[in-house]
Amino acid sequence: MKQRSPLSIRRYLLPALIPLLLCSCGRDPVDKSPAGQPDDGVPQILHLGNGAEPKALDPHVVTGVTEHNIISALLEGLVTENPKTLEPEPGAAESWSVSDDGTVYTFALRSNGKWSNGDTVTAHDFVFSFERMLSPGLSAEYAEMLFVMKNAAAFHEGTLSDFSQVGVRAVNDSTLEITLNAGTPYFLSMLNHYSWYPVHPPTILKHGKMDELHTPWTRPGNYVGNGVFVLDTWEVNKVIVVKKNPLHWDAQIVRLEAIHFHAIEKALTEERAFRAGDLHVTGTVPLDKIEKYQQRSPELLMVSPYIGTYYYLFNVEQPPLDDVRVRKALSMSIDRAAICTHVLKAGQLPAYHFVPPDTGGYTSQARVTYDIAAAKTLLAEAGYPDGEGFPGFELLYNTNESHRKIAEVIQQMWQKNLNIKVMLKNQEWKVYLDSTQQGDFQVARAGWIGDYVDPNTFLDLWITGGGNNRTRWSNSDYDNFISTAAATSDAAVRFNAFQKAETILLNELPIMPIYLYVSLSLIQPGVRGWYPTLLDHHPYKYVYLE
Amino acid sequence: MFRFIRSRLLEAIPVLFVIATLTFVMIRLAPGGPFSDERNVSPATLAKLESHYHLDEPLPVQYLTWWRKTLTGDLGPSMRYGAHSVNEIIAHTLPVSLELGILAITFALIIGLGAGIIAGLKPNTVTDYAPMSLAMIGICIPTFVIGPLLLLLFALRWQVFSVSGWDTVSDRILPAVTLGAPYGAYIARLTRAGMLEVLNQDFIRTARAKGLSEFRIIYKHALKGGLLPVIAFLGPATAGLLSGSFVVEEIFDIPGLGQHFVNAAFNRDYTMIMGTVLLYAVMIVMFNLLVDIVQAALNPRLRLE
Repeated sequence: MKQRSPLSIRRYLLPALIPLLLCSCGRDPVDKSPAGQPDDGVPQILHLGNGAEPKALDPHVVTGVTEHNIISALLEGLVTENPKTLEPEPGAAESWSVSDDGTVYTFALRSNGKWSNGDTVTAHDFVFSFERMLSPGLSAEYAEMLFVMKNAAAFHEGTLSDFSQVGVRAVNDSTLEITLNAGTPYFLSMLNHYSWYPVHPPTILKHGKMDELHTPWTRPGNYVGNGVFVLDTWEVNKVIVVKKNPLHWDAQIVRLEAIHFHAIEKALTEERAFRAGDLHVTGTVPLDKIEKYQQRSPELLMVSPYIGTYYYLFNVEQPPLDDVRVRKALSMSIDRAAICTHVLKAGQLPAYHFVPPDTGGYTSQARVTYDIAAAKTLLAEAGYPDGEGFPGFELLYNTNESHRKIAEVIQQMWQKNLNIKVMLKNQEWKVYLDSTQQGDFQVARAGWIGDYVDPNTFLDLWITGGGNNRTRWSNSDYDNFISTAAATSDAAVRFNAFQKAETILLNELPIMPIYLYVSLSLIQPGVRGWYPTLLDHHPYKYVYLE
Repeated sequence: MFRFIRSRLLEAIPVLFVIATLTFVMIRLAPGGPFSDERNVSPATLAKLESHYHLDEPLPVQYLTWWRKTLTGDLGPSMRYGAHSVNEIIAHTLPVSLELGILAITFALIIGLGAGIIAGLKPNTVTDYAPMSLAMIGICIPTFVIGPLLLLLFALRWQVFSVSGWDTVSDRILPAVTLGAPYGAYIARLTRAGMLEVLNQDFIRTARAKGLSEFRIIYKHALKGGLLPVIAFLGPATAGLLSGSFVVEEIFDIPGLGQHFVNAAFNRDYTMIMGTVLLYAVMIVMFNLLVDIVQAALNPRLRLE
């Protein structure tokens, strides 16, 4: 299935443009800010394509990747990340210790940790921040990230009103003690999620109440952070500029003077800005440009595994999908490898299990297979020999070119391999969300990106009544394995429970994994310290330009 | 004149009222809400968010509250860009869109009138066919083709302009040309038709008989009548420019209001939808009024009353 460029003229013009790519990199017609620290003469100002305009810059309110990219420059959690492995490194905390049972973490905050206004970062600031994040009034969408802390859920749900009973305590100004419900092996890597970031209490209280939503504290001039950068300007729909924070404890190793986060929603526009040398790194790559870059300038294309799975949901309450044999037959009769090589083409991998391989050291042993003969037998056993009498169903996806292509290919595979007819149905994003949430679908496209590097962020989706379990599937053994895993800190026991749970999941197939996401970006040759990582995080502390 | 303007403004009130009411009802009928996302928001959190934005109140109450606030000039907080109010976003982005629109219509008028007059003077000759063929192409090619094409040539290949942004004077040129081109083409065709009609009229023959110079005939007599269809077209054209600027803003990465107008609907950003729809409605009513006034001034046969 050769993909054709929508504009044939591009085929002729692009070759002529390629030589320009290299010579135009240093050009920076937009930037009018003074050049940064001369480092071999290259101004240390990083221009990033950052997708849509961020919803907000309050770490306790936001939910997206765009927001993460900016907030992680402005604030710093207890730990930071290694730029290559994302392993926890000392951040606001200089060191930490863990109790033997893995439930009590004691963090020693560094004495030279400063807010951008000169105040010292204290343990009390973290207690205040966690209380704010969990306070029922703030309506923080990611509050549940903190539920690993003792009594956090009860406080958030309002059944406990005394915050001092929640598992976080400032022993003194520089010692923070966090008590967890159970040993949580991924706890430290979780701390890099913005929901765990501190906010500056006096700034919050100056602009409103602790749990007041959207006060002006996040405006330039008001924003006080403890990150490597400080907020300088925020032009809606255009650019957010952050400048180096000289008060940051690690400022001497930071080479970038400023980062410009450009709000460019359209991938094609972003790609053109990259080609003109206005951007150093893009947020994404337009689908039909990937092949061109692979062939002509692969050094500019960065493709890296991303912790996410693309899959189809089965509504297990709707016939014929209530029959597990039908679900299995559908899953067995699609050629995932072909979808990756011929439709997606950017290095995505076929997903034969739900949790991406090597997520926090875990890889599922159970796998779904591609076996047309077995699929036919199963379909016959379900009462539809060679697709006869099969009632058909609707395959729902949200309106998008790539989802459509995949749905069409799968529709053809089912038609060819099982002789069943499937209708495609697309809905605009919010309508699609409404349909899937209400259970008003039969088969629907979905995707899940892990919040942290641990199988739990994938597998706890499918527990009975889970907020994101739109399949209506329920299995008490599965639920038990997930709670067993949550209650122990013994890695072997946990992974064993996850293996059993995923085996059940892939045996019952309320969902059908299709492929594993990759993160795609274009990157100029002069960008250093920017490595492919599983969460697509790039700690800016280590990034510089050459 | 004053009575005409007053009655037109009075007529605008029910128009705006109907537009706002229909929009309010339609966006609430659309499935999904401002806070639905791939990752579910917990019911308790959703309830709090809704109460923060007063979405838990009965619809008629919300509707009346919206009017009460709007009449005092407060369009409310954006439900998507929580840190900014609708007023702020409009204040940031409307000037950009207006500038783009004015530049585009100026470009369209210069190109369109010039080409139309030249074509109309000598019909069915090369000076007619050449600009009219160009105009036909201009009408047929959509902005989402012209824009990237211009960028490819002028920004990426020859590097005369920057590829995106809205910072320098030169950043205005390509977007204005892209947005204005189809309107310029249309204006050219209208001008040509208008000129052809007027040039055959008796009063032109009279003027020629008086021995007036050709320039004076065109400038003083023909143009006045020949431009009438163009002026009439400017009202709807302005409306088209405003709502059509979305595509151009996306292609050139311009921080204008057009993107918000369209994206607000996709995001179910209720306050933003209401704010932008009302604003566009007011602007279109005003531009149409302006066009009527100019038309009356040019055409002695048309009386405002």
